[in-house]
Amino acid sequence: MFNWLITKIGLAVVLFSLCANAAYAQINVFACEPEWAALTQQLGGTAVKVFSATTSQQDPHHIQARPSLIARVRRADLLVCTGADLEVGWLPLLLRKSGNGKILPGQRGHFMAADQVALLEKPAVLDRSLGDIHAAGNPHIHFDPRRMQKIASALSQRLIIIDPANSALYQQNQQDFTQQWQQALKKWQQTAKALHGTKIVVSHNSWVYLEQWLGLIKVATLEPKPGIPPSSAHLSTVLTQLKRNPAAMILTASYQNNQAARWLEKKTAIPSIELAFGPAKNETLVQWFEQIVELLVKVRA
Amino acid sequence: MHKALLAAAITATIFNSAMAFADSETETIRQQLDALKKDYEQRIQALEVRLLKAEENTQQANTKVQEIEHTLAQNNVSKKASFGQNNFNPAINVILDGQSANFDNDPEDYELPGFALGPESGLGEKGFSVGHTELAMSANIDDKFYGKLTIAVAEHEGATEIELEEAYIQTLGLGHGLTVKGGRFFSEIGYLNKQHSHSWDFADAPLIYRGLFGNQLIDDGLQISYVAPTDTFLQLGAELLSGHRFPAGGRTNGVGAWTLFVDLGGDIGIEHSWQLGLSHWRANDIEDRQSGGHGHEESEVETPSFSGDSRVNAVEFVYKWAPNGNPKNQNFKIQMEYFDRRETGDVTMLNSGPPVETTGYDGHQKGWYAQATYKFKPQWQLGLRHDRLSSNNTGSDADVLGEAGLDNEGHRPKRVSLALDWLPGEFSRVRLQFNKDDSYEKSDSQFLLQYTMSLGSHGAHQF
Repeated sequence: MFNWLITKIGLAVVLFSLCANAAYAQINVFACEPEWAALTQQLGGTAVKVFSATTSQQDPHHIQARPSLIARVRRADLLVCTGADLEVGWLPLLLRKSGNGKILPGQRGHFMAADQVALLEKPAVLDRSLGDIHAAGNPHIHFDPRRMQKIASALSQRLIIIDPANSALYQQNQQDFTQQWQQALKKWQQTAKALHGTKIVVSHNSWVYLEQWLGLIKVATLEPKPGIPPSSAHLSTVLTQLKRNPAAMILTASYQNNQAARWLEKKTAIPSIELAFGPAKNETLVQWFEQIVELLVKVRA
Repeated sequence: MHKALLAAAITATIFNSAMAFADSETETIRQQLDALKKDYEQRIQALEVRLLKAEENTQQANTKVQEIEHTLAQNNVSKKASFGQNNFNPAINVILDGQSANFDNDPEDYELPGFALGPESGLGEKGFSVGHTELAMSANIDDKFYGKLTIAVAEHEGATEIELEEAYIQTLGLGHGLTVKGGRFFSEIGYLNKQHSHSWDFADAPLIYRGLFGNQLIDDGLQISYVAPTDTFLQLGAELLSGHRFPAGGRTNGVGAWTLFVDLGGDIGIEHSWQLGLSHWRANDIEDRQSGGHGHEESEVETPSFSGDSRVNAVEFVYKWAPNGNPKNQNFKIQMEYFDRRETGDVTMLNSGPPVETTGYDGHQKGWYAQATYKFKPQWQLGLRHDRLSSNNTGSDADVLGEAGLDNEGHRPKRVSLALDWLPGEFSRVRLQFNKDDSYEKSDSQFLLQYTMSLGSHGAHQF
């Protein structure tokens, strides 16, 4: 019975895989986070088929190498991820299990956004007692639109290398993106002038690039150490500090537990806001950024 | 009258000429004024243009400065080239594991009626003890191969034993979904078997793993696996194994055991994921597989030895749920496995007789466990597990069978376990576990307090 079943399944698989190979035109892209999915979709247009491994509701540090992800990596022509150890718990495992040579480190199909730009907060000392720190620096680079522009140019070049037949399309898309992005950037910088010097409290240290870009000043972090949930002792310290030296808002990422932020909001009347950590499905980067800037300005006013 | 007329005429003339004179002078002044105005307008216009240009220049300069500042900021944190012999060190990871155990019964009396226990299948020691301390090193060897070494150090009956747990190489990017692994590795049979014991949700192995494999099936050989190019995960694989190690044994050349496995898996929406696996293990012509039988035995004491054929079929099912697909804060898991082993051959009691006690043997052993874990807070997890075994072994000599521990004594082993885990961070865990253990007739209550910590490189988040 058992052997019979295995034979049957084996046969089914062979037939199935033969059929699956027939439809092969678009470039299969495996994006680790939704921001890279949105960027690749915009730069690749109709020539790419993009799969996002996570949504903005999922913490990209803590994803498991699920069977469905292995299956997706197996067929990917291009991997677009953050890098800088953000996906260290699951991406290496996916790469090893997928048996796909095209997307291994050093190959054309392996694109890490963090390799294209310089990172902030590279720690001088690597010690786990400091929490979950990243040796290469803070990986949440997608909150800096200037870095995003650089990454977009590099990604566009990569698409041309992988799929030279569609290079005209990629070049056109990149020009359109750059024009749109620069225009939007000017507008955001104008709108966000009011935010310069605003004091903020953050749940996790995930906003350094946004802080740098908009001139926000981080006065406290709810996590005592990166990746360690806020303790009541630490929260009461933050509370006393904020009573003496108040901040304008508390920022939490959409995938983070916002209990501590809500508690602090009640105690201090400082508004707590939850920012989408990446674009939603079918949302473009411009739309997503616009929302964030508008929400920040609105809460500040 | 005439005089008056003349005077009037003269006056008029003078006046008129005076007026004419005055008119021409105003005209000149006006012209001069106009010229002046024009001149000033032109100058103002020129000034305005220059001002505008100056403003533009300032703005440009400002943007430039901003850009330069940004580039400078980037350069300040950019990578520095480094030199040294240790740049290519492999990823090194150490697992520290220890426990304090309390058993109502004497752990030396432990047995599983109907199952001949292999090495390392006991309960361990009462009181404080250090468990499996592991040292693992792994790295990409080059662009074609990945390698991993795991050394386990454990205390066994007063002696420190070093065990080579894993030592394998694996192909990287062979393409077409193929991967080949060679060396010593955890067999792909079952679900828990391919995981390190420290990543299990309970401090001890399920009873069926203890009864069939001596906790875990490790062997030397070759594994080939294929992932199909489908949206639903589908993996097929086979292993050719030496068959030197329990529960095979004795073969010195060729392939002593082999396995086949199929895994299916996928997601349902964003929050649910599942995996279903079937596997088969087979060892023909096993020679002299020794096991413990009743209690602990010295070498001079009678030891059961099995020779013959053995085959195991296994089914595994895992289902996981996490709100929004984000397992960090909360998640739930159900896991079930079923194993069925059939063996035919002979069982001989070594060091017995003369005459040597021996019996024909026809064994059928099976069992399952089901467990659920619920991480209800980022740092807390609760687990519940239920184990059940049964066996139906027959032989030509029932007495020898009984001596070898293969008679089920009319008992069906079962166990219920409850575990509470505290997870301070991603790399540490403290666990309190309680077992109501009915492995054999005398029911046992077991308390375990265990810590498992990981130092060094970041471990993998396995499904």
